[in-house]
Amino acid sequence: MITMGGAMRLTIITLAAAAAVALSSTAFAEPTAPGNIKFGENGEVELALTGVAGDAASGRKLFMNRKKGNCLACHVNSDMAEQTFHGEVGPELDGVADRWDAAELRGILVNSKNMFEGTIMPAFYRDSGYNRILKKFDGTTILSAQEVEDLLAYVITLKE
Amino acid sequence: MKITSLLPLAFSIATVAGFVTAGEDSTLTIEGEVFVTKAAAPAHLENVDEIFSGWTFRLDETQALQMDDFDNPAFVFVDQALDQFEMVEGSAGKACSSCHDSAEVFSGLRASMPRVNSAGELETIPELINNCRTERMGAEKWKWSGGQMSAMLGLIGLQSRGMPVEVAIDGPAASFWEKGKELYYMRVGQLDMACSSCHEDNYGNMIRADHLSQGQINGFPTYRLKNAKLNTIHGRFKGCMKNIRATPFKEGSDEFKALELYVASRANGLSVETPSVRN
Ligand code: HEC
Ligand code: HEC
Repeated sequence: MITMGGAMRLTIITLAAAAAVALSSTAFAEPTAPGNIKFGENGEVELALTGVAGDAASGRKLFMNRKKGNCLACHVNSDMAEQTFHGEVGPELDGVADRWDAAELRGILVNSKNMFEGTIMPAFYRDSGYNRILKKFDGTTILSAQEVEDLLAYVITLKE
Repeated sequence: MKITSLLPLAFSIATVAGFVTAGEDSTLTIEGEVFVTKAAAPAHLENVDEIFSGWTFRLDETQALQMDDFDNPAFVFVDQALDQFEMVEGSAGKACSSCHDSAEVFSGLRASMPRVNSAGELETIPELINNCRTERMGAEKWKWSGGQMSAMLGLIGLQSRGMPVEVAIDGPAASFWEKGKELYYMRVGQLDMACSSCHEDNYGNMIRADHLSQGQINGFPTYRLKNAKLNTIHGRFKGCMKNIRATPFKEGSDEFKALELYVASRANGLSVETPSVRN
């Protein structure tokens, strides 16, 4: 278990979540609400936010979509060399899945402030506690639970 | 060229990186006058050693537009303001020129604004202009970021071009300045960022296709290629707040006036560049 790779662990967590869904009396589990997420000691999130496995291809699109993840605004990602402008605000994400496991990466996506104190990186799955948020975004999250899982499925592929 | 175009990413990054250093060392000269676009930070700045004009961070083509008044599109609006200056409007039958010989009498004003008046209020140039219009001319107020206002701000600001920004932050200005500073460092919006997140912690970095500057206001109003008009200081503040999904303060509000004083003070020592050109 200890030596298990991030991708492996993701599969297992996703399968476990799916199994939990199958066993529960309702047919499909609701995505975990932003307020109900359980963060580990270092800000990691072990459990998948939905019962549907993340789709890496959608995740890749979310990564560059300016109205969604817009991760490329701040991070260089060599896997997207076809995109002309890569941001320099955050670290390069090449090989990032060698540095963090799935639970940690999910935690960084949900709310990286738990991991990196005072970071400029926005929390992508948090719906409250904002100051002067524009009305039309009030009570919303930047990404949906499934979008977080899709992005995670993509980011976990970024290995050297 | 052929070879580098096969590597679009490597090419664009190399261009940008090359530009950063060239930019910080390039000199802004307009009609033979050399401008201070880089200076030691004023003593009150805690986290920055050097201050840079936004001109420094723009692409060569954009920089060049500001170096020649014939190429600078802002002058179309400055010319309109020159006509407006002579135009009689309002119930008192007066023009600006009825009371002020020419725009030149405002030399130095832009460099020291905003400032606290004798009534203890923080005042800005748009308010001084509107005060003349309503109190002395019996004319309608202009909208804060409307075409007539931003053009007149361009004409008045031009009279201080090349002078060092020097706004007072002590005495009666101190409490306004403190409030502005608080707003500068206050995280807002769904992206949960402060002005400092981008313009203090990350100036010089690319944020996608944008090369982040220090968010200085010494060049305002600024002609933006993006919207082909003159843009006011509060208009820009509003735009940055909306981009981080925050409810902006109102143009002309006490909050934006205080923020303007604080941001202006971060450029103390840089030259006034009004009217500047940005993308
Ligand atoms: C506005 C800037 C910004 C945006 C947008 C942003 N990040 Fe980040 N990110 C950062 C910064 C800065 C850090 C470094 C942490 C710190 O010290 O603040 C970081 C750290 C990370 C890390 C850890 C990297 C490492 O090597 O340790 C990951 C993974 C990551 N971001 C993924 C993403 C993804 C995926 C997205 C989009 C959904 C995203 N980021 C959007 C700024 C950003
Ligand atoms: C998400 C990043 C971000 C945040 C946060 C942000 N800005 Fe900006 N700002 C930009 C970008 C990008 C530009 C255009 C490029 C440049 O000049 O930096 C800009 C431009 C400016 C300019 C024009 C500078 C010039 O020379 O023309 C000013 C002034 C400014 N910002 C002030 C502010 C203030 C005040 C705040 C806080 C209320 C703020 N910004 C918050 C990204 C940001």
